Amino acid sequence: MTRSDAEPLLEVSDLEVSFAAGAVPAVQGAGFRLMPGQRVAVVGESGSGKSTTAHAVMGLLPGSGRVTGGRIRLRGEDITYADEKRLRRLRGREIGLVPQDPMSNLNPVARVGRQVAETLVVHGMASRREAPARAVEILGEAGLPEPARRARQYPHELSGGMRQRVLIAIGLACRPDLLIADEPTSALDVTVQRQILDHLENLTKELGTALLLVTHDLGLAVDRADQVVVMSKGKVVEAGPARQILTDPEHEYTRRLVTAAPSLATPRRRAVVPGEHSQHSEEPVLEVDRVSKEYRIPGRGGVLRAVDEVSFTVGRGRTTAIVGESGSGKTTTARMVLGLVPATTGAIRLDGSEMVGLRGARLRAARRAMQPVFQDPYASLDPTFTVERLITEPLRIFGVGDRAERRVRVLELLEQVALPAAVTQRYPNELSGGQRQRVAIARALALGPRLVVCDEAVSALDVLVQDQILKLLDTLQHELGLSYLFISHDLSVVRSIAHDVVVMRGGRVVEQGPVDQVLNSPADPYTQQLLEAIPGAGTFN
Amino acid sequence: MLRYLFHRLWQSAVTLVLASIVVFVGVRALPGDPALAMAGENADPATIKAIRAQLGLDQSLPVQYLRFAGHALTGDFGKSTATGMPVNQMIGATLPVTIQLALYAMAIAVLAGMTAGVVAAVFRGRWPEWAANGFSLLALSVPTFWVGILAILYLSVQLGWFPASGYVALSENPLRWMYYLTLPALILGISHAAVIQRQTRASMVGTLTADFVRTARAKGLGSGAVILRYGLRNSLIVVTTVIGLQLGGLIAGGVVTERIFSLPGMGKLTLDSVFTRDYPVIQAVVLVVTAAYIVINLLIDLLYTAIDPRIRVSGRAQ
Repeated sequence: MTRSDAEPLLEVSDLEVSFAAGAVPAVQGAGFRLMPGQRVAVVGESGSGKSTTAHAVMGLLPGSGRVTGGRIRLRGEDITYADEKRLRRLRGREIGLVPQDPMSNLNPVARVGRQVAETLVVHGMASRREAPARAVEILGEAGLPEPARRARQYPHELSGGMRQRVLIAIGLACRPDLLIADEPTSALDVTVQRQILDHLENLTKELGTALLLVTHDLGLAVDRADQVVVMSKGKVVEAGPARQILTDPEHEYTRRLVTAAPSLATPRRRAVVPGEHSQHSEEPVLEVDRVSKEYRIPGRGGVLRAVDEVSFTVGRGRTTAIVGESGSGKTTTARMVLGLVPATTGAIRLDGSEMVGLRGARLRAARRAMQPVFQDPYASLDPTFTVERLITEPLRIFGVGDRAERRVRVLELLEQVALPAAVTQRYPNELSGGQRQRVAIARALALGPRLVVCDEAVSALDVLVQDQILKLLDTLQHELGLSYLFISHDLSVVRSIAHDVVVMRGGRVVEQGPVDQVLNSPADPYTQQLLEAIPGAGTFN
Repeated sequence: MLRYLFHRLWQSAVTLVLASIVVFVGVRALPGDPALAMAGENADPATIKAIRAQLGLDQSLPVQYLRFAGHALTGDFGKSTATGMPVNQMIGATLPVTIQLALYAMAIAVLAGMTAGVVAAVFRGRWPEWAANGFSLLALSVPTFWVGILAILYLSVQLGWFPASGYVALSENPLRWMYYLTLPALILGISHAAVIQRQTRASMVGTLTADFVRTARAKGLGSGAVILRYGLRNSLIVVTTVIGLQLGGLIAGGVVTERIFSLPGMGKLTLDSVFTRDYPVIQAVVLVVTAAYIVINLLIDLLYTAIDPRIRVSGRAQ
């Protein structure tokens, strides 16, 4: 069958969405079409209008959002300004939604089975009496193990991956013709992400459901969709077959996106640190020696080993990355290094001096030499502080310099992280995500530390911004001779920044060594599994 | 669960003992003397001394406390020094009135406050929100006693809709009971409704923008189901906490309203006993109120687990 003469299932043309009268529309002239059973991915950074477009299709624009121009047609029917009654019939029945974050998208006070069942009941797909049993079947189809038992549980009793399966079950419960999946797996670990996407792909294929996949991840889009639509600043900049977008991008923005995609950046841009040749003779900045962390399990008196005899080093002027999925113990390890969580056993030496067991003034002094940069630049900066106050806070705490000297130091630090001096009096909410992370880095550098601990420091950022921050970290390492302990779940990011890598799973180190060796010829099956799960890994290589 | 209950009961007992010590010492730190109050202004020192001995007030404080606590344990709070009546009997007569008034007022407050709160959250930025917010601002800023006096003046004296004062027991005649208690409960309830309205609104505004509410709409659920099953249900924890605190407060502090409407409740009893330095009555009243607080708090905590499955009762002390 030739698709060109068939009627499109969904056709969006010249769509314009505005949030406030007079403001720049969030979506301007977006258009694409989706044939029955087809898979189309909309790719873009945050603020590109990709999610807004998807929500406009279902009439779910948040707050003051309104469609101010263009047309949305479903099987030829104009639904652009459809009334609530029509939309209610359409939502869930004709168009299903799988939302982004499995942690926040389920009603925390209702059993998951009921959350599936109510979709069936509201669309008359099952009677109140039949619905629970049908819900169990649907949960089973979505790949939830032991669906009958799980259906009676509450969302908080399920893991992230299981919850995402519940959301998929809800999205597909009424067998819609179109499923909109809005970043369906970006909150999940790569290996889980892959399982879920595989399952989603098979299920939609089986049911003949068309898929509109909204994602920031170009690799994932190319991997999973027939057609890719690239959006930037509310406009569609390019659209075409997935392969072509990747191999022959026409638009300048797409080209940048392809280059910045970490999964593509095979050659590391690691700096050649001055004196690297001699680094083997020097003693490492940080030595972690058989460190463990145990937590007592309340009630039973049992013990949970969150981190189990982990050892590694961070060389002077080098970057060691710890890679692992949630629950691997990587963040706990970073916290023990920072002295935020006491280690149960083992030794942590910074420049040869023991850190475990330090308290009070000595711990404070030791903390000067190592500073953290955290994942979420929105949460890790006090919103009531100006940028200047944020950056000078460590200086004030340690009584470094007087007011005038600190002011000079702020300007110096801002220059190092490539922020204009004009931001000193601004507040974090006036800055973009990338700018905030630069402020966080400037704050970490204020005391001139030898070691910077980056805990998922680029995970919350868009690819292009991520790329810039990674370059900045690299430049700073080169200029200041910094050492990084870099915690990440993202192997492609690790590949581009680290010299050495430690792979953790279930609190243990499964493999460690120079990054080329570990990532190019992984010895442990788990590392291989992680590498294979990177979206686009197959396509890019 | 059992372990948790046991733990809570033990905690409650400790709280009661501490409260009893505080009130016992506190009452005796007040200026004035029950013996003096009993004997009259012109009594001679010998009479006063005799009365003091009779009441046991000539003994040391620890001995007095232990005697009081020992009797209290058997449920005997002694006799009022002002009226000579058993304290138990006085409390038994007044406590039901206060509890009924508190529950009635709370029912009105919950109904009005939650409705107004939901309305304000759902119609954000439109006139129903302004109306609901305006009502609660007014109710919060105007003192209860003043509203009470105005209500008596207009609703009772001029329009004759309600009685200005008086009380009929519920067991005697439920309709008359309602007739007498509605106005005081309304007055008392309105200011509490204002607080509930604010909390419900704030909490609902938060939940209605939550991701899972959008997901519910994406399923095709109607707005009624979304607002009540998703919005309100998830806002209940905050509202329940406020209701619990308010109910405790109502049992302790219906004093002003009881006074205005001349209701024979515990508020009036407390006030009278403080004036006459009626130690046994003050002590008993404070213990009853403390116990009421404890019971309400325990009920609220148990209610949490029913409202939100994420809150699991654990046997460990926090």
